[in-house]
Amino acid sequence: MKNITDKELLEKSELHQKAAESRESARRYQEKFIGKTMVPELQADGQKLKTAKDLVIRRSNKKESKGYRAFTVFNNVLMLLISAATLYPFLYLVAQSFSSEAAIIQKKVSIIPVGFNITTYISVLSKGDFLGYYKNTIIYAFLGTVLSLIFTACLAYPLSKPLKANKFLTPFVIFTMYFGGGLIPNYVWITRLGLKGSMWGFILPMLIGTFYVLLMKSFFANTPKELEEAGELDGLSKIGIFIRIVLPLSKPIVATMTLFYAVLYWNHWFNAFLYLRKPQWPVAYYLKTIITGASSAEPGEVTAEKMQIASNVKSCAMVLMVLPIICVYPIVQRYYVQGMMLGGVKE
Amino acid sequence: MSELKDKSTVQSGQGLGTADKSKEIVVRRKNPLKKHIKLNWQLYAMMAIPLIYYVVFRYIPMAGNIIAFRRYRAGSSVFGDEWSGLKYFQQFIKQASFHRVFKNTLWLNVSYLLFRFPLTLSFALLLNELRNIRWKKFVQTVSYLPHFISVVLVAGMIRELVSASGPINNLIQSLGSEHILFLSESKWFTTIFVTSGLWQSLGWGTILYLAAMANINPNLYEAAEVDGAGHFRRVLHVTIPSIMPTIVTLLILDFGSLVGSGASFEKVYLIYNPMIYEKADIISTFVFRMGLGSGNYSYATAIGLFEGVINLILLSIANFTAKKVVGNGLW
Repeated sequence: MKNITDKELLEKSELHQKAAESRESARRYQEKFIGKTMVPELQADGQKLKTAKDLVIRRSNKKESKGYRAFTVFNNVLMLLISAATLYPFLYLVAQSFSSEAAIIQKKVSIIPVGFNITTYISVLSKGDFLGYYKNTIIYAFLGTVLSLIFTACLAYPLSKPLKANKFLTPFVIFTMYFGGGLIPNYVWITRLGLKGSMWGFILPMLIGTFYVLLMKSFFANTPKELEEAGELDGLSKIGIFIRIVLPLSKPIVATMTLFYAVLYWNHWFNAFLYLRKPQWPVAYYLKTIITGASSAEPGEVTAEKMQIASNVKSCAMVLMVLPIICVYPIVQRYYVQGMMLGGVKE
Repeated sequence: MSELKDKSTVQSGQGLGTADKSKEIVVRRKNPLKKHIKLNWQLYAMMAIPLIYYVVFRYIPMAGNIIAFRRYRAGSSVFGDEWSGLKYFQQFIKQASFHRVFKNTLWLNVSYLLFRFPLTLSFALLLNELRNIRWKKFVQTVSYLPHFISVVLVAGMIRELVSASGPINNLIQSLGSEHILFLSESKWFTTIFVTSGLWQSLGWGTILYLAAMANINPNLYEAAEVDGAGHFRRVLHVTIPSIMPTIVTLLILDFGSLVGSGASFEKVYLIYNPMIYEKADIISTFVFRMGLGSGNYSYATAIGLFEGVINLILLSIANFTAKKVVGNGLW
């Protein structure tokens, strides 16, 4: 029995997806088409264009206005410049990381490495502690993401249901987005909990992001009710419905959440600064220590790293840190945007 | 062909949708609360741990703000030892350095908003005009990228780019001027802050606008075309009015966070130094130094709480306004 419904569900969700896709392509097609047909004077008499053939003839007759063509050129050039300006800092870092120190000091490096070598990479990677920090980051990001996903989903799903207590619980959760314990009360409390010096001091304070709960909640709220009811008729429990029906339909939002959380943990340094000791550092915090050098106004630990470090070493560490994000990001970017839009559609 | 499929799925979806209405009536009868819990206890159980988490990691620290009114010593209760009234508030209200950080926070936020808001909107409109889908996707992908980069990296890039031997000074020198120590002169800080902020958020900021544009009914464009509107007029009379609610909502909410300094804390902390405190020091960095740096926990908490409450009030006003004006707010 259940197998059949599962299959049906799957088919249905696929159908939905296909429909959405075809809608999207239809829209794009329309957009493209409208963009290219400029036939204002024809419509003066209120005549409507009916067939595609009609449109094609009109289009070939009518040329785009000069102003618009100039604008298109300008727009494309501008977009090119913006893209270049966005990418430049990355390229500069990469170039520096492969260049020799001498070339950097002589300001020869812009986007092409000068005095090409990979010795910087070798020395950074072979200096035992960097790999250790990298490993820490991977552990924190993996563990943190898994736990965050579980608890975020466990909160978001019931909140998306018309439960009586939600009248009170939803504001209870949302309020924390706009007001909270400041830096000091948080620090005092986390320390008091004994989390200082443990990796949980890094992970737990950001375990559940309220914004992500809301994104997930509004996604779950849009899950077709009839599917869940079909599950109920089949004798599934509430948790069963969630696991067997809702979750398989929620791949886009789960993918998005995974990425959001993974990036969050990967990039985070401040909790490490507050609560972790040296061997526990994630790579982001290690980077902070080599980037800021002998920085001012820092409480606590004075570390050996606080001296001037060559630009190519810094760049190298930065490139190594951002590399996983750059590699994965273009592939999964679609999900980010999709999830933001899916979840962001309110009401 | 594709339209046909589209319609059929929509219809079948609607057909199924009516089935659930009849069921909701059945549940009511003696002791509705008991029934409700019996029916939904699993959902409540699911929420239990996350809700405890909210109490422990969000609400207890929130209550910990009480040390702004109570004296906190190292080793005392997290809620402080004895009442001290408004002593700490009176202290910082009089202090010149507090006035400075308050002014800096406001100034940086206003300058940033002044650039970010119109530029993000224009960028979204221009992106929407790109006809080649692949090219558009490419520009989007590239411009979203900096949003996913760690603040540490952004700070590192800023430091490398504006350093004495960095490419910007390189350019300045090749034009025949003296090199500039950007991070040691306070007059450059706003520029650096705003530019790096734009670099990081311009692309990502367009998402909500693009989503709103994607929802515009293509018939509107067609109708405008029929009425003889050219390309630019269609943008002016169709696109912009259609996304107006989004624009207004975002703008009002931006106003609500003009005194907030929490979001900029990490970036400022990683690039500022005592030489430029005059322009770069903001409320959150000040709280950080006063509290964790010098150990004045209660004093720092008082400042943090002051900022938090102002933010909450401003945001509530903004939310209220947004709801009144466009019928859509944060909560």
